[in-house]
Amino acid sequence: MDLSLTDEQEFLREAARGTLSRFKVIEAAHEALDGGLEKLPDLWPAAREAGWAGLLISEEHGGAGLGVFDAMLVAEETGRVLAPVPFLGLLPATAILDAAGDARCAAVAAGELRPVWIPTRPPGDLEPNWTVDGPGVARPAAPTIEGDGDAVRVTGHAAYVPDAPGADLLVVVGVDGTVAAVDAGADGVTIEQVVRYDVTRAVAHVTLDGAQGVRLAVDDGVVADAATSTSGAARSTEAVAADAATSTSGAARSTEAVAADAWYVAQALVAAETVGTVQTTLEMSVQYAKERFTFGRAIGSYQAIKHELTEVLRRLENSRSLLFYAGWARDSAPEEFALAASAARSAAGAALDFAARSNINVHGGIGATWEHDAPLYFRRAQLTRRLIGGHGDATDRVAERLLAA
Amino acid sequence: MDLNDTPEQAAYRVKVRGWLEQHKAEAPEVRSTRAGAEDAGYLQARRAWQGKLAEGGLAGVTWPHEFGGQGLGPIEQVVVNQELGRAGVPGILDVIGLGMLGPCLIAHGTDEQKTRHLGPMLHGDEVWCQMFSEPGAGSDLAAVQTRARAEDDGGFALNGQKVWTTNAHFASFGLVLARTNPDVPKHKGMTMFILPMDAPGVTVRGLRQISGEAEFNEVFMDDVRVGPEMVVGGVDNGWGTALTVLMYERLTIGLGSEGLGYNAQRFARALAADPGAVKDKAVRKAIGEIGTDLLALRFASYRTLSALSQGQIPGPESGLAKVTTVNAAIAAGDLIADVLGPDALDEDSEWSYMISFLPGLKSAGGTEQILRNTIGERVLGLPPEPRLDKAVAFSELAKLSRPGGSVSSGAEEKEGAAA
Repeated sequence: MDLSLTDEQEFLREAARGTLSRFKVIEAAHEALDGGLEKLPDLWPAAREAGWAGLLISEEHGGAGLGVFDAMLVAEETGRVLAPVPFLGLLPATAILDAAGDARCAAVAAGELRPVWIPTRPPGDLEPNWTVDGPGVARPAAPTIEGDGDAVRVTGHAAYVPDAPGADLLVVVGVDGTVAAVDAGADGVTIEQVVRYDVTRAVAHVTLDGAQGVRLAVDDGVVADAATSTSGAARSTEAVAADAATSTSGAARSTEAVAADAWYVAQALVAAETVGTVQTTLEMSVQYAKERFTFGRAIGSYQAIKHELTEVLRRLENSRSLLFYAGWARDSAPEEFALAASAARSAAGAALDFAARSNINVHGGIGATWEHDAPLYFRRAQLTRRLIGGHGDATDRVAERLLAA
Repeated sequence: MDLNDTPEQAAYRVKVRGWLEQHKAEAPEVRSTRAGAEDAGYLQARRAWQGKLAEGGLAGVTWPHEFGGQGLGPIEQVVVNQELGRAGVPGILDVIGLGMLGPCLIAHGTDEQKTRHLGPMLHGDEVWCQMFSEPGAGSDLAAVQTRARAEDDGGFALNGQKVWTTNAHFASFGLVLARTNPDVPKHKGMTMFILPMDAPGVTVRGLRQISGEAEFNEVFMDDVRVGPEMVVGGVDNGWGTALTVLMYERLTIGLGSEGLGYNAQRFARALAADPGAVKDKAVRKAIGEIGTDLLALRFASYRTLSALSQGQIPGPESGLAKVTTVNAAIAAGDLIADVLGPDALDEDSEWSYMISFLPGLKSAGGTEQILRNTIGERVLGLPPEPRLDKAVAFSELAKLSRPGGSVSSGAEEKEGAAA
């Protein structure tokens, strides 16, 4: 057992921090909130240069061939500074493209082509307990992928898709667990950027109306038999996880398992990014609690403040511990990855909810004003909590796995 | 980053597992009910089992070879804990002795003390207890009032009262923190002593808890004579010696949450027995959150272990693991009792025992509030709580505790200047 980072991982993290430090995101975000989204810096060239698009693409397909834990280290850094960089929507798409051995992998890894992952429903047979149902109360039809052979037609809707604006290629997971690649410019594709509560995160509703695409199947050609691949929505998380468990052997990996894995990769990345955000809010709060005096004492000397901030620390450290679990499970215990990634997301989300509000509280009235930075982190907490299945779904998955064991 | 066993650890695990396979038939059952805690025959069986574990190298894993230990690291200790859990057998009985007091003797004791005491402690022949807390000195440990008066023969006479002393009713020895010099500030005038529990003048009285059982005690010392050879770590140096024990206490609690039996799977199993509960959204949300907390704890302890194996010392933040453990277990007890109904509160129920035990555990090893103060100040670097007694001689402190009381040392101004 050794949970310390390797030299390469330390370097990756430091490099990411260095790259992101060149941008004044928080200052720009204030201006963007007033309707000036164009004020936000474009981080894509820097991300491309840093090679982030190829993190999860294997070396044989032109990428860096690193693990999800490495990607999580970068995500933590993007979360620290609320970097508006297409990362969360990008990485799960690259994992699928790589598993499918898609010819575009090299271009993606080089940053010449930006894919985005279009999730549908969460994998498995859980009653959808998520909070992202699309606009209004009606749950829109999740994408279906129809057609035999490589050429398929994709129809349906995916709401609040992170990083969809500006993407070149959609990696769409159908409700049956099959996957298709669709050009963002193809007929029948509509990407509608939606008003963002958190201006630092780009989201869009994606509508597909018979759009032509190409079916993606796993590299080794052993696609799950028809019975399982078409009844994806009805399969248990256990069964999907079991597929994922065998995926490292390569022999029996199914497209459906790869699609499910991408879901949990996204959960793990949200968790890592969120931990970074919590870290920043804690630093802000602690700094202020040392400087602000009331009744003749620094407010951080009062137990009410001190105890609230140690609660932030407690939640932060618990969340961070679960990042290690998720990163380790993806590589070494894939049958636990669904549990680990869900737990990490649940803990980190709850930590940020607490930390973002606490940060405003510690700052007093000033923390609740338009000019202050604290609301930006609160907005991040509020929107993220409800993306990609939402926080509630992640917690429910932990319960599902525990109650089934 | 790798959570897997190294080849050496894997080999060690196989060895431990093999030993347990061979011997687990000799182990007493695991009991977590009031009846179990009060059964003298059961305690005897647990002592004997500790002796067997010691012979098999499964007790004192981190103790040096020369004292009968295995000379291994905390990771191997966790491997042993995990395998004990897997085999479904109890671990050592004297967790406090082997986990906290033995290591303190190893660090600060004289050669004679080590030779005389460590062997019988390891084998469960002599159980130890920790006599730190007093009715007026809990989380503010340096407020102890038990006096150790120097005698002409070089020995000391102990007078005072200790409380919350786990296992004192069957302990052979204990470590006592007592005041040797009241004329200096409270942290400076204390000394640590070894106390034979059968010494004349020692009275142990069981302290019944909410569950009805008595595993804690009050200990009264009435002119109890101890020789100079019983001093551990030097006269007036008791605070430093106590800190060593507290460091090991943090470690024991931080790494031992699973050993306490508070794990997500156990709680989920109790709920899963009720088909209605499994489908209930509120139950699922609650167990999802509790389970997440307890899973986090498991990996937090692996992080601590990694740091320790690289030579780092456990910091105060380890105390947060206890906060998480206790609060998650309290929430689980409430949830399980809500699902099972009043049957869960039946005297023979493991849940009744746990539910009754936990409110007290909240303050064990320092109350949650004091832990948060310490962590806020030492980890986050927040300004300190005002400590009005910091620079005051212990003998003057009584004046401070009266309404409107004050002392002339100007402690408050000093504190303010320091902050």
